[in-house]
Amino acid sequence: MNFLAVIGQVVLAAFTDVGRLAVFVQNAVRHCITPPIYPRLILQQMIRIGYNSLPVVGLTAFFTGGVLALQIYIGGSRFNAESLVSSIVALGITRELGPVLAGLMVAGRVSAAIAAEIGTMRVTEQIDALVTLATNPFKYLVAPRLIAAVITLPILVAIADTIGIMGGYIVGTKSLGFNSGVYIKNTVDFIEYQDVFSGLAKSAVFGFIIALMGCYHGYNSQGGAQGVGRATTNAVVSASILILASNYIMTSLLFNT
Amino acid sequence: MSTDKHIVLNDVHKSFGPKSVLNGVNLEIGRRESVVVIGGSGTGKSVMLKCILGLLHPDSGSIKIGGTEVSGLRGRKLDEVLATMGMLFQGAALFDSLKVWENVAFGLIQGKKMDRAKARDIAFDKLAQVGLKADVGELSPAELSGGMQKRVGLARAIATDPEIIFFDEPTTGLDPIMGDVINDLIVHCVKATGATAVSITHDMASARKIADRIAMIYRGEIIWQGTAAEIDNSGNEYVDQFIHGRADGPIQMDILKA
Ligand SMILES: Nc1ncnc2c1ncn2[C@@H]1O[C@H](COP(=O)(O)OP(=O)(O)OP(=O)(O)O)[C@@H](O)[C@H]1O
Ligand SMILES: [Mg+2]
Repeated sequence: MNFLAVIGQVVLAAFTDVGRLAVFVQNAVRHCITPPIYPRLILQQMIRIGYNSLPVVGLTAFFTGGVLALQIYIGGSRFNAESLVSSIVALGITRELGPVLAGLMVAGRVSAAIAAEIGTMRVTEQIDALVTLATNPFKYLVAPRLIAAVITLPILVAIADTIGIMGGYIVGTKSLGFNSGVYIKNTVDFIEYQDVFSGLAKSAVFGFIIALMGCYHGYNSQGGAQGVGRATTNAVVSASILILASNYIMTSLLFNT
Repeated sequence: MSTDKHIVLNDVHKSFGPKSVLNGVNLEIGRRESVVVIGGSGTGKSVMLKCILGLLHPDSGSIKIGGTEVSGLRGRKLDEVLATMGMLFQGAALFDSLKVWENVAFGLIQGKKMDRAKARDIAFDKLAQVGLKADVGELSPAELSGGMQKRVGLARAIATDPEIIFFDEPTTGLDPIMGDVINDLIVHCVKATGATAVSITHDMASARKIADRIAMIYRGEIIWQGTAAEIDNSGNEYVDQFIHGRADGPIQMDILKA
C-alpha cells in the first residue's frame, strides 16, 4: 500500500481516538457535577478503590521508604551528608514517590477492574439494558467511579506518605544507626506544607486518570471476551503512561518550587 | 385491536461501516397488537429493535412512536420515551452486581424514583407472575439457570407496566417445555398489561403462539407480513423455506457462498 496513505490512516485514527476521548470526558464530567448524584454508589466505589488498595499501596510505600533511606545513605556518605537522609526521604516520598507509585499500583488494580467490569456489561448488553430502564450509564456507572477515585486517591496517598516515611525511619534507626529523636526532628523540620500538598493534588489527578481510563476502555469495548481483555490491557497501559506524563507536566508547570 | 398506529417505521436504513444491515425497513404496529418478526440469524432483527429503542441511531428513515418522531432523540427526551417501553434482551442482560429482585425493581427505583421498600414489593409480585418463588429474589443472577434468567428478564421488562414490550428471542436456548412456559408467560403478560408487543424469534412454534401478526425480515427488509394464520399459505417462497426450515430455496446461507 501507498506509504503516504498509511501515514494518513494512522494520523486519522489517532485524531479519531482523541476526539472520542474528549467527548467521553466532557460527558463524564458533566454527569459528575449535575444531579442526580448517587452517594451509595460513590461510597461503594470508594471502598473498592480505596480500602481494598490499602495492602498493596501500604507495602509499596513501606519498602520504597526503606530502600530510599538506604540509597540516600550510600550516596550521602560520599559527600559526608548522611544527616540528610531523613529530610530527603520525606521530600522524595511526599513529592514524588508516594503519589506516583500509589497511582501506578492503583492503576494496575483499579483501571483493570473497572475496564473489565464495564466492558463485560457492554458486551453482555447490560449497558443497553440500563438505557432501556431510563438510567444513564454515565450517571450510574462512570460518574460514581470518577468521583470516588478523585476523593480516594489523595487519602490513599496520605496514608502511603506516612507509611513510606515510617519505612525510612525504621531502616534509618534500626540498620543505619540514626538517633530516633534526631531523625524525626529532621523530618518534621524540613518538610513543608507545599511538599505534601503538591503530592496530594497530583494524586487527585491520577485518581481521575485511573477511573477515566478504566471507564473509557470498558465502555467502548466490543467483541466478546477478547474485546474485554483488550480493554483491560489498554486501560492499565494508558492509565500508567498518562500518570507518568501528567506527573511530569504538573511538576514542571505547577509544583516546581 | 384498534387501528391506532403505535409504532411506525418508515424506510429505516442502518449500516455499520461498509456493511449495510437495514435496507429500508417499513413496518406498522397497532396499539395493543402483538407482532412477531421472524428471520434468519444476522438479518438485522436485533439491530431493528435497538433502533426503535434509541440504542442505535438509524442512518436515515423515520421511527415514530405514538406519533412522535424518536430517531435521533437523546438525553432526557429519549428517557421519557424509554420510560414507556420494556425490553427482554436476547441474553437476558441481567445486572450481575445486583440481586435478582433489585434487577426487577431497577426501572422502578432508578427510572421512576420509587422508594426501595415499595419497589421491592412490586418486584416480588412480578417474580411471582413469571412463576419464580420469593427465595429466588435474594439470589444473584449468576446463580440462576438460563431459563430462570429469561424469566427474571421478563419480570424486569414488565415491572414498570410499559406500553410497549420488546422480546428479543425469548425462547432461544431453552428446552421446548421451558420455551412454551415462556411463550405462555408472554401471552399472559401482554394480555394482562394491555401492552403492544414486538417479539423477535426464529422459533416458529413460539411465533404462532405469541403473534397476532407475523413479519419476515430478510437482508434488512420486511419481505412479507400477514396474520399468524396466513403464514402457512403465504405464497412467498422465502417464508415457506423459513417456516419449514429447508436448506434449499431462495434463501442462501452465507456459509454456502463462502
Ligand atoms: N454494533 C455493531 N457493530 C457492527 N456490526 C454490528 C453491530 N451490531 C450488529 N452488527 C451486525 O449486524 C448484523 C445483524 O445483526 P443482528 O444482531 O441484528 O442480527 P439478528 O438478526 O438479531 O441475528 P440473531 O438471530 O442471530 O440474533 C450482523 O451481521 C452483525 O454482525
Ligand atoms: Mg439478535
